[in-house]
Amino acid sequence: MIPLSWYLFLAAALFCIGLYGVLARRNAIAILMGVELMLNAANINLAAFGRYVAPNAVLGQVFVLFNIAVAAAEAAVGLALILAIYRNRDTISVEEVDLLRG
Amino acid sequence: MTVTQGVFIILAGLALAGGVGMVALRNLFHSALAMVLAFFAVAGVFVLLESGFLAVVQILIYVGAVATLILFAVMLTRDIMGRKSLTQNSQWPLSLLAAVLLFGALGVVLVRASWPTVTTAISGDPIAALGLTLVGPYGLPFEVASVLLLVAMIGAIIFAREARE
Repeated sequence: MIPLSWYLFLAAALFCIGLYGVLARRNAIAILMGVELMLNAANINLAAFGRYVAPNAVLGQVFVLFNIAVAAAEAAVGLALILAIYRNRDTISVEEVDLLRG
Repeated sequence: MTVTQGVFIILAGLALAGGVGMVALRNLFHSALAMVLAFFAVAGVFVLLESGFLAVVQILIYVGAVATLILFAVMLTRDIMGRKSLTQNSQWPLSLLAAVLLFGALGVVLVRASWPTVTTAISGDPIAALGLTLVGPYGLPFEVASVLLLVAMIGAIIFAREARE
């Protein structure tokens, strides 16, 4: 049996890698990829806790399904926004999209 | 070290390699492919957690839809060849420090906490239980999720449309 903490460590590591991707990348699509990785880490956490705390209640899996649906919707809208920005400003580097800067 | 634990270590290694490749590779297309590797490894982890339905949904939606969408977006927003661009911005040391500190904090909590785990086998059909839960007690979030997907689809179409004039 795999100890629960192994899954949690993997999820924590993936979350921190995704967090670094969100904070440190210039490309807006790379930032979105980091967000998706963080959502995947949360899904691993949810599924692991669901399996190890209440195996027959399938609550963890239900939550993961909703999380995947929300992540897919957010990826679609975010990428559409990035495409619109690219079409307008010809760049997707977040450092060059500073129209609101004072 | 049982076979299951060895498989988990391999899958975890693949997931972490995919994640690190995603944030570190210079070519955006290659980092998207590394993300696909991480998604596949996470699907394998779902299989180890005896959530076979989640593994299939992960591959269908994350690899089949989200990763494909990201690859299309990468190809549609291709930087002009010859423009030298850095991949990391100017605050990457602080971000690395923040990520490492967060992992340290999470690790401390994980090691010290005692979770109320049970290691009984799953009885009954988990997929049937999943389906009954989704249309029974969680029917409202299920319908709201479908409305959310519809709204997101409309919003994405409107955002990505060509300007009209």
